Amino acid sequence: MKFKSVFDIIGPVMIGPSSSHTAGAARIGRVARTLFGREPKWVTVHLYGSFAKTYKGHGTDVAIVGGVLDFETWDTRISTSLDLAKEKGIKVRFEVEDAHTDHPNTARVRIGDEQGDLELVGISIGGGKAEITELNGFELRLSGNHPAILVMHNDRFGSIASVTQTLAKHEINIGHMEVSRKEMGKEALMVIEVDQNVSDDLLRELESCDHILQVAKVVD
Amino acid sequence: MLFRNVAELIERCESEGVSISELMIQQEMAVRERSREEVFGQMEENLKVMEDAVEEGLKGVRSHSGLTGGDAVLIQNYIQNHTPLSGNLLMDAVSKAVATNEVNAAMGTICATPTAGSAGCVPGTLFAVKNQLKPTREQMVRYLFTSGAFGFVVANNASISGAAGGCQAEVGSAAGMAAAAIVEMAGGTPAQSAEAMAITLKNMLGLVCDPVAGLVEVPCVKRNAMGASNAVVAADMALAGVTSRIPCDEVIDAMYKIGQTMPVALRETAQGGLAATPTGRELEAKVYGINLKSE
Repeated sequence: MKFKSVFDIIGPVMIGPSSSHTAGAARIGRVARTLFGREPKWVTVHLYGSFAKTYKGHGTDVAIVGGVLDFETWDTRISTSLDLAKEKGIKVRFEVEDAHTDHPNTARVRIGDEQGDLELVGISIGGGKAEITELNGFELRLSGNHPAILVMHNDRFGSIASVTQTLAKHEINIGHMEVSRKEMGKEALMVIEVDQNVSDDLLRELESCDHILQVAKVVD
Repeated sequence: MLFRNVAELIERCESEGVSISELMIQQEMAVRERSREEVFGQMEENLKVMEDAVEEGLKGVRSHSGLTGGDAVLIQNYIQNHTPLSGNLLMDAVSKAVATNEVNAAMGTICATPTAGSAGCVPGTLFAVKNQLKPTREQMVRYLFTSGAFGFVVANNASISGAAGGCQAEVGSAAGMAAAAIVEMAGGTPAQSAEAMAITLKNMLGLVCDPVAGLVEVPCVKRNAMGASNAVVAADMALAGVTSRIPCDEVIDAMYKIGQTMPVALRETAQGGLAATPTGRELEAKVYGINLKSE
């Protein structure tokens, strides 16, 4: 069964006009913001496929920037997000790409400030649902249906065990988990979907585990 | 999972002596492990969003492209000053469906039912029949669960996406969902709800998704109006005792198969149908031409 909840049918509450082009796009922007953890100074959005062709009419542009400003899909400030970003001094740029992508609604979002930057690729899969397929060059599959913990770590033995042991100690159940690395022995990423939201204290505890570089969470 | 198709849904309602909305609530509680209060409360919030959208649309809104807006007001004025040939309730439902989709096109807040492009049928009919049936707030929330039960079956066994199955999958599904919910609110049986859903969807089969300029505006807004009126008429027929010769699940299956054989040009690509007419192309150039200059 693709749809499990009645609220997938009667819902989501959102800003129009399109669940896939607006609500899904806003969710992609908001994941970028959540993972970055603070308001960025600049945002560059690359749009592919159907997003590239109709982004202005569907408000995909304002939706993604609205998400980056931490707005929910139903926040009416989305429609004026470009002006709001300007007022805050955030530099926003859009690039329309010709490149072919696997999914017709794909966006590459890059955000940053003087301390760092982040790049992710998101796809909007319909009905307001979005998936993150790439983060800082790592391929991943993040459905957005459950809260998730993202852990950047060094590719050493014991690093995965220390994270899962900590989660077990706090009685956090893992629903889905993926580990990927760019090169053997280098930087790696754990994506852990869990059944309930985790506290910031737990994130700090995870960060203190062996070989862990950075921890972030995405809330359902 | 308590039900996967309409036959199971109706059988279960009849054997347990419960309404469709009740069974949907119970399934939601079981699948998501949530309390009745939580499930009911969330749906009540959705109802409020729909109510606000109808109200906003009836005040008059305009989309950014300028392609849609203001028709809900025209229809309401017409109801106030004339006797509509199709009857007050029907035109009231139409105006409220249009109001919702005009708000959607203007980037206002709506609740997708089942999608944003088809968000008008369910609330449009609900707030129109409300004036005649005088439901309690609980019955209004239940209207949404009943709609949701049928949408749930369509989404899992066919499709609710215009890109996947044409507009029959979006506005067609929405209209069928609304018809089934009207029947329950009017005191019909679960089986009559299924008949209303089947009759409605049968009459929306083959409906193409051909949005002008790729926007959820033309012809989407008016299609929600016709979906809403289709729902009211089918609900009346089912309440009168009329049945569909083709069972509801088979109609849903037929809709799915038609969607699969539909050309890509007619599935939300803005490549065919109304989008490809000379005027459709002209409007497209105007919408994006103006925007491109402002860069």
